[in-house]
Amino acid sequence: MSATQPEQSTATAAQGASPLFPFVLQLADTSLILAHRLSEWCGHGPVLEQDLALANISLDLLGEARSYYQYAAELEGKGRTEDDLAYLRSAVEYRNPLLVEQPNGDFAHTIVRQFLFDNFHYQLLKGLKDGPDARLASIAEKSLKEAAYHLKWSSEWIIRLGDGTDESRKRLDKAIATLWRFAGELTTPTATESQLQELGLVPDYVALWPAIQAHTAHVLAEATVPEPPAPVAQLGGKTGRHSEHLGYLLAELQYLQRTYPGLTW
Amino acid sequence: MNQQEWPLWEVFIRSKQGLDHKHVGSLHAADAAMAMQNARDVYTRRLEGVSIWVVESKHIHASNPDEAAEFFDPAADKVYRHPTFYDVPDSIKHM
Amino acid sequence: METLAQDLSPEEQFQARIDADIRIEPKDWMPEAYRKTLIRQISQHAHSELVGMLPEGNWITRAPSLKRKSILLAKVQDEAGHGLYLYSAAETLGTSRDQMLADLHSGKAKYSSIFNYPTLSWADMGCVGWLVDGAAILNQVPLCRTSYGPYARAMVRVCKEESFHQRQGFEIMQTLCEGAPVQKEMAQEALNRWWWPTLMMFGPKDSESPNTAQSMNWRIKRFTNDELRQKFVDMMVPQAEFLGLTVPDPAVKWNEARQAYDFGEVNWEEFWNVVKGNGLCNHERLQARVQAHEEGAWVREAALAHAAKRKAREAVAV
Repeated sequence: MSATQPEQSTATAAQGASPLFPFVLQLADTSLILAHRLSEWCGHGPVLEQDLALANISLDLLGEARSYYQYAAELEGKGRTEDDLAYLRSAVEYRNPLLVEQPNGDFAHTIVRQFLFDNFHYQLLKGLKDGPDARLASIAEKSLKEAAYHLKWSSEWIIRLGDGTDESRKRLDKAIATLWRFAGELTTPTATESQLQELGLVPDYVALWPAIQAHTAHVLAEATVPEPPAPVAQLGGKTGRHSEHLGYLLAELQYLQRTYPGLTW
Repeated sequence: MNQQEWPLWEVFIRSKQGLDHKHVGSLHAADAAMAMQNARDVYTRRLEGVSIWVVESKHIHASNPDEAAEFFDPAADKVYRHPTFYDVPDSIKHM
Repeated sequence: METLAQDLSPEEQFQARIDADIRIEPKDWMPEAYRKTLIRQISQHAHSELVGMLPEGNWITRAPSLKRKSILLAKVQDEAGHGLYLYSAAETLGTSRDQMLADLHSGKAKYSSIFNYPTLSWADMGCVGWLVDGAAILNQVPLCRTSYGPYARAMVRVCKEESFHQRQGFEIMQTLCEGAPVQKEMAQEALNRWWWPTLMMFGPKDSESPNTAQSMNWRIKRFTNDELRQKFVDMMVPQAEFLGLTVPDPAVKWNEARQAYDFGEVNWEEFWNVVKGNGLCNHERLQARVQAHEEGAWVREAALAHAAKRKAREAVAV
């Protein structure tokens, strides 16, 4: 996690635009893609109460994504709107980490994906909240309350599934085996992130790591799940090199805007 | 497969500081922590509350409607318990 | 309590309370038929909320803007909440949610037929909100005063939350109608498909609705199907005109004498056909619900198992 990810040519990062722009866009993409995935559960949850819980988390993330997109649009200063940024960029231009675009799978997969994200997200927001950029700090402060709840929710579910039935344990193990390799990307800075970290605009991920690690250890212990060996991290999403899943997701997400360009809905 | 429903819980919400908790409905949850979170997710999506109580429905003891007469009617003739029962001269203030 | 004379039979006492608009509460004595009718109606209503999530849920991932996506998701989530409130109300009558779901999944219990129609374009999100929720509200507002307390209270909550649903639907329609020609066409096309099925939502004609009289008598129901249908048409025709859309019924005409709109006859054959399970989406809607329930079984079991383990550990620790 100390290695820096190679950056592709970021043609989208405009000359002269704020150095924060690509990072804020990355945050926006991340929250949007995960919100989108969670929204796919709506109407199909394992029990009515959890259907509502999943939708609440999705709505929180969607709200967070919109705040970031609006800010990103301002930072870019080219007159693009939040919807232009969300609906008119292709998969290779998206900057979300691979984790959040992974399909929902069964409930265990959704929970593991959520837990890995929440655990990082919570610590990241804590850092951003105290950061020097006022706008980012204020979005982070609002989102932090939501993220704290998300983390509590996903942590408790990890524990329930791990220390539940044989079946739930089997499914949790499988989800961990599938998704754990995507966790590393969250805390592996891209070149852009490293630059911003040097400027003090983005929290140092190395400093976030102990808290993330400690919480993971605590939750897995409660869940009676042995800590999985650190897998080789899959990197790429944050630099535009995505898994095949994102293309389908965007095809659906962007369908109307792409079919009828330039209209108001 | 052993199919068993999650227990039923009753939810009480304080809508703002200074008010009583009020019964708002019920829901299902596997345990108290989950009942609390479910209550938050189900019953406070529109800022309806600042505090939540949950109690498993089976722990609530309710009075029996068949005994309503003997329970509640005896209070009906205790008019002297109400301040309006008493005549206070108009000239007396602050009472 | 003079109305409740001592020498009345339980049935007569019960009816006297209903007539005096005194709410019936869970532990009160009630005729078995009243209990059964309520369980049937409330659970059917709850099922409609649950299944009703699907046609709109369909478009959450395709909503055309982030704002619309948030609104639609919040709305469909509300429907889950409404289903939950209603299941809870029915549970006070001595049935369980599992039992009600089993009846839904086996096809024994019904839900509103409207949800067996497919949502094909974004304008359908407008029509479902504007027309379908509009019709639902007409049905639901009187239910806030229905005779069974828990049902009435659930409906108060539902109606409070529902009020934004119809508005957002109308707003979608309005945006489309004020937009490009292709959007206006989309709106008209959707109205053409949804108008008649929405009229069917009020149920069979009064002359063919055997339960209506008893339900009115018990004040479970407060208006007849035909009364509500007429109210709906009177409400919607001017709104369609405002939008510049044409209601797909050549018989629609203002009747000065009746002070109401005349309108054409619903295709009752189609109505009964969909009720009997032969609508385009009957199969997949039910399948989706069964699948969610079955695939969720291990999750529900795990949570229970964990709660039991934890309880056992705490008992040892004490």
